[in-house]
Amino acid sequence: MNAGEAVVALDRVAVTLGERPVLREVSFRLEAEQFCALIGTNGSGKTTLLRAILGFIRVRAGRIDLPAGAIGYVPQKITLDPGLPLRARDVIALGLDGARFGARLPSKARAARVQEMLRAVGAEEFAEQRVGTLSGGQQQRVLLAHALVRRPKLLLLDEPLANLDVGSTAEIVALLRRLSHEFGAAVLLSAHDMNPLLPVVDRIVYLANGCAVSGKADEVVRTEVLSCLYGYHVDVLRVHGRVVVIAAGAGDESRDALERDPVHTITVP
Amino acid sequence: MAGMFAWGHMGGFWSNQPVRVALVVGGGAALVCAVVGLSTVMRRQAFAGHALADVSGAGGSASFLLGINPLFGFLGMAAAAAGVMEWAQVREARERDLLTGVVLGAGLGLAALLLYLDMTVRNVSGAAITVLFGSMFTIPPSIVPVALTVAAAALGASALVFRPLLVSTLSVDLARAQGASVRTIALIHALALALAVSLAAMTVGAILSTALLIGPAAAALQVARRPATALALAVLIGLAAAWGGIALAYQSYYWTAGHGWPVSFFIVMLIVCAYLVASAAARRRAGSSATAPRSGCQEH
Repeated sequence: MNAGEAVVALDRVAVTLGERPVLREVSFRLEAEQFCALIGTNGSGKTTLLRAILGFIRVRAGRIDLPAGAIGYVPQKITLDPGLPLRARDVIALGLDGARFGARLPSKARAARVQEMLRAVGAEEFAEQRVGTLSGGQQQRVLLAHALVRRPKLLLLDEPLANLDVGSTAEIVALLRRLSHEFGAAVLLSAHDMNPLLPVVDRIVYLANGCAVSGKADEVVRTEVLSCLYGYHVDVLRVHGRVVVIAAGAGDESRDALERDPVHTITVP
Repeated sequence: MAGMFAWGHMGGFWSNQPVRVALVVGGGAALVCAVVGLSTVMRRQAFAGHALADVSGAGGSASFLLGINPLFGFLGMAAAAAGVMEWAQVREARERDLLTGVVLGAGLGLAALLLYLDMTVRNVSGAAITVLFGSMFTIPPSIVPVALTVAAAALGASALVFRPLLVSTLSVDLARAQGASVRTIALIHALALALAVSLAAMTVGAILSTALLIGPAAAALQVARRPATALALAVLIGLAAAWGGIALAYQSYYWTAGHGWPVSFFIVMLIVCAYLVASAAARRRAGSSATAPRSGCQEH
């Protein structure tokens, strides 16, 4: 893939779930090795957008151009049963050919590939443990290796930082940044709190009101840009090194948003 | 029990044709149930498995009425119920257990009617016991080729979807993202489940077949850390329970002069014992790992 060539490109994508339009006109593109955060409040359509890119949801209008071959994916909120007889090593191996029918024979190349991924995500220490017994941060590392083992050109992660403590969040963010370079993959990661990601992301796609604005973080997270996106005035404040977006919306919806997401985006009626 | 087991009585064991048929059909059912049961337990579909087994009893009851091979009766009803449950789950995925319960209720109601008709219309007095609790020593030899074919089909179907089922068990979305057809996988697994429960119903009866389907897999999952180990353990437990149960039932003819105890009782009890032993082993391992000193930690 040449530098500057888009790995994924969305052109005026619209998605409707049931009768409800969730995404209206979303356009952005990602290039190889770009690390991009998909930011938005809860319910803004981040998961819907990722599922549309994966082809799980049909788009009502617009176009999504994807790379040939595999797309790596880490879904939101997987509850891994501690009773499952699957070691971390097995889960990663299933990323290679787990969708194929029939039996497979063990091979040295396959084992070496799994070992390489265990090393890459720092999971060698708990490779033999049942995956359901691992901590949240350790499970994210295993799922990340599962997603990357086929060396995809595009890696999609849905809220991978949710439910992680501060230390684990920093570790996973640093790991993702390093792996996107090592594996040459474009990364699109959804999160409702942009602050842990701001130091490392190349780009931000900010979703609100069914639309998206994308660009470098300091280009997007600005009062005039986000006011235009929300359709009403918002303030972008920097408090103790953290970015806080205060959006002056209207009605109950805004109060609900304030309760749901008081840290990142505050919507004041 | 050791004192009650007399090796001297085992001389005629291998030469007895009903015993040989029971060993083959029971062994086949145990093998298939262990393999299919493992996926079923991991996917948290034990209730669906139990429901299919019970519903298959209606088919077994119908076979007495129609005068056909009972295995076809069990299989026909189990396959139909599996199809209905899969179809219903696609439409209302959130109500899986509710729909399974409805199918179970309908199947048992139908079984009650058919068993009544077996007794009143066909005068088959032992149909209820045979259908619900099994009668391995009365299985006709003509069933063996059909049973082995059903077993081979179930094993083939399970082998086909074993890996995608594992990914799908982790997360349906993970499987879809890898390009797996989740719907096809679920349908093939449902077919394998129907085949497995119909074989189990033939051997230990519709009511007790859940034990053969779920028990060995549940026991294996207590202690195994790898899919292959879990599979091997489940098969081992299932075969040991089936063949051990047959041997004990054969011995029981000498305990209560001329009246053998039901094979199903011994098979189910052996499975329960295996589960208890596996649970104790798992607890002991968990306890020892919790008390083991951790490297790198120092007390201050």
